[in-house]
Amino acid sequence: MNDTVGIVIVSHSKDIAKGTADMVRQMVGSEVKVAFCGGNPDGGLGTNVSLIIDAINNAWSPKGVAILVDLGGAETNSEMAVEMLEPDRRNLVVVCNAPIVEGAVMAATEAAGGSSLDEVRAVAEELSAS
Amino acid sequence: MSVEPATLKSLVKAAAEQVIASAPELTALDQAIGDGDHGANMKRGFEAVLGKLDTIGAQPVDEALKTIGKTLVMTVGGASGPLYGTFFMAAGDALSQQRRLPEDIAEVFACAVGAVSTRGRSQAGEKTMLDVLYPVLETLKAEAGHPEVIARVRATASEAVKRTVPMQATKGRAAFLGARSVGHADPGARSSCVLLHAVCNALEARP
Repeated sequence: MNDTVGIVIVSHSKDIAKGTADMVRQMVGSEVKVAFCGGNPDGGLGTNVSLIIDAINNAWSPKGVAILVDLGGAETNSEMAVEMLEPDRRNLVVVCNAPIVEGAVMAATEAAGGSSLDEVRAVAEELSAS
Repeated sequence: MSVEPATLKSLVKAAAEQVIASAPELTALDQAIGDGDHGANMKRGFEAVLGKLDTIGAQPVDEALKTIGKTLVMTVGGASGPLYGTFFMAAGDALSQQRRLPEDIAEVFACAVGAVSTRGRSQAGEKTMLDVLYPVLETLKAEAGHPEVIARVRATASEAVKRTVPMQATKGRAAFLGARSVGHADPGARSSCVLLHAVCNALEARP
């Protein structure tokens, strides 16, 4: 298998994160590594930096990882998680400014074609063009 | 570093306990204009800080601040985790770079507030914790070393929280409410005020 950009889905709700990942897998099967997480450190609604770091490492690809998030805290915590990665990985992870479900499906479909991290991000972020 | 370990430990303990005690109030404020989790999130974060109190108390101040910041980042579970975490980590970084307390407090505070602004991509006037932190920074710049500085920081923080009431939120979950965010104090501004008051009170209570 050629390397493809990995996809990480970070929602406040583990159910939404899992459901989004299910939709992504339906589109791209196992061609793209997909990881997801949701919930605060007590398991309630929220996000958790250490789970995000684990998800990034689980979806890791030499071509990089694109993260899709839902609301504010998911974005802030994802950015924090990226900064806490090993230094050689930090520049290969992006948090996409895109709707979580549509963005994840579009990004994964683009990634499956072997596109670069920048291309994957751009396709996801087209959805947010205003 | 002129902050004694015992002083540091008592400051951190007082601040954490005060945040934990104010969780119901923070939750009520956040239920009005946010998602209602600020109290529980801050409580979880500062309980984790209390759990590391012995470690924190044994560290030099710069390292202690970084430990507090990292603990909040890993345990809070909302945007306030990275935001408060960044505040403490940046303050610790500033102290690691040749700055000293108490004389450089305004400069250290400026580094911390600037890092929060960068992390949140937010400025003053957007109904956030920055609307307390920036006015307090101005008070520290103007009054550091003044015998009344502690009282003035406390007053500045309280007044700054009140000034968030008529503001319309453009950042954070409250921004979804648009004009309906007007008329409520900002929960993050209030939690910043609680922390600052706790530190001020603990500093005054020193023997």
